[in-house]
Amino acid sequence: MSAPAVAVATAAPDGAAALDVRGLVKSYGRRPALRGVDVTVYAGELVGLLGPNGAGKSTLVKTVCGLVRPGAGSVRVFGARAGSRDARGRLGYLAELFRYPSWSTADELLALHQRLAGSEGGVAERRRLLELVGLADAMRVRVEAMSKGMQQRLGLAQALIGSPDLLLLDEPTSALDPAGRRLVREVLATLRDQGVAVLLNSHLLSEVELICDRVVIVSQGSVVSAGTPAELSHALGVRIETDTGSRVVEDARREDIPGLVAQLVADGQRVYAVEPLRSTLEEAYLEAVRGAPPS
Amino acid sequence: MSTVAAPTMGRRLRPAVALGLWTVRESLRRRVFIVVGLLTAGFLGLYALGCSVAFSGMNNATQDTSAHVPLRELVGATLGGLGMFAVLFLGCVLAAFLTLSTVRGDAEQGLLQPLVVRPVGRAQVIVVRWAAASVVCALYVGLVYAAMLIVLDVTGGWTPDHIVGPGFRLALSVAVLAALCVLGSVFMTATANGIAVFMVLGAGLFAGLLGQVGRGIGNSSLKHAANVIAWCLPFESLYQDALAQTTAAQVGISRFLVQLGPFGGGVSGGALLLPYVVAYLAGVGAMTVALAARRDL
Repeated sequence: MSAPAVAVATAAPDGAAALDVRGLVKSYGRRPALRGVDVTVYAGELVGLLGPNGAGKSTLVKTVCGLVRPGAGSVRVFGARAGSRDARGRLGYLAELFRYPSWSTADELLALHQRLAGSEGGVAERRRLLELVGLADAMRVRVEAMSKGMQQRLGLAQALIGSPDLLLLDEPTSALDPAGRRLVREVLATLRDQGVAVLLNSHLLSEVELICDRVVIVSQGSVVSAGTPAELSHALGVRIETDTGSRVVEDARREDIPGLVAQLVADGQRVYAVEPLRSTLEEAYLEAVRGAPPS
Repeated sequence: MSTVAAPTMGRRLRPAVALGLWTVRESLRRRVFIVVGLLTAGFLGLYALGCSVAFSGMNNATQDTSAHVPLRELVGATLGGLGMFAVLFLGCVLAAFLTLSTVRGDAEQGLLQPLVVRPVGRAQVIVVRWAAASVVCALYVGLVYAAMLIVLDVTGGWTPDHIVGPGFRLALSVAVLAALCVLGSVFMTATANGIAVFMVLGAGLFAGLLGQVGRGIGNSSLKHAANVIAWCLPFESLYQDALAQTTAAQVGISRFLVQLGPFGGGVSGGALLLPYVVAYLAGVGAMTVALAARRDL
């Protein structure tokens, strides 16, 4: 049933894991969704969760929230069982598919979530969060008058109520424009610096590559690859631009560049540019997903 | 990092209170409340017209005949019973629309998940949403019931033998239906649940009518079947009990006549009815919470 285990956490930061998933199995009827997943996220770490549609990413995030019951394995949030009151008290969650009551204003919605989360932040916290997500002027705006992007920003503000220690974001930028995505990236980077653990489920590989400390790639219910973006990519050669044109030396590595340049100069060529090439996260992702065993 | 305060007993109740107030506000702001308000205005207008015509006709008939027939009691009890049926129906419409998507419907729309991942949890969310919807419906039922009694008093000078007891039972009836609707919402989509709940409501009320027919013609099988259904669906028992209370003080020919009419005479549920309904609600609530806890959202 379980796929071969893939080392997920690299150099573990000090302290207990914010999220510790071990051997998580989940099936919907006869259809397996997760087949023994191991994931660990530490405080102050931003982990990207990648995978094709139906890979089990949302099921994993929902299990951590307590929305989905695990079939087997253990899911711990700061040592507490996922779904328990203690675990729920320490996390913030933005679902992939969410809706807020159309009649409520941004301020009313955040005020409700403050009370549900037991937050003592009051109006100052609500103002600060709306400002953080770029909705400072939308405090009294009703949800029904907001664009999808504004609602997603409001969702992020809602997830940050009570300053959670673990943030679970399921496709938080799917409805945002490039400026909105940049804003979310900045918010997440700030949170990481403040010690918040973030698990980011996204299809936007470029975004994940830009901000995540580690990446976990899930396919067909199993973790098929994991590591830092740099670890997942590999050398693809060196591109050299000379007066005779541009070419790629495929078997060359970064360490070979001085020798290559010296040789070209000795041969009387003029060197205009040299660039070591590495595979992108997208290429690493496609490689990992294509290599996944069939379900 | 977290700014969440340590939970004490008082703090543990605050989320429930906040969620209850939120649900009440949501109930009042939803379009269904406007629809129910229009339906209610229409009902009360037509009811006042009907009562006025019926009592005028009664006065003419009283002047034309010398027979000693307690027409005021007969017409009043029948119109009162009819009005109570309408109040119950409108209250159930409101209760159904406020609760039919509590679990599955709201989860499919993505409304439920942001709430239940909070420390408040899904059991509390479900119970509070039912309680808040029941309070809204009880207030609504109380207001329409009071308006109905005023219409009866103004147009015909008739008041039921008991006023508070029947109103309380109608409100409790609606709370029972809301509880069944929340239970149905664990399994069914909002549309399917709405249909199912109105079928259950219809079955209960139809069984009540069958029971009255059974009593009228002395058929014990019909009476037994109606009795069993009334206890399985106690909103019907409560409605019958409420009807019975409106004419509880009638004796002799008056009692005989009001019990003939389909709306004029109910069946007393006895002293065990209210404790039974409380236990029934607790049972349905426990079942709903247990089943909802097992459901993947």
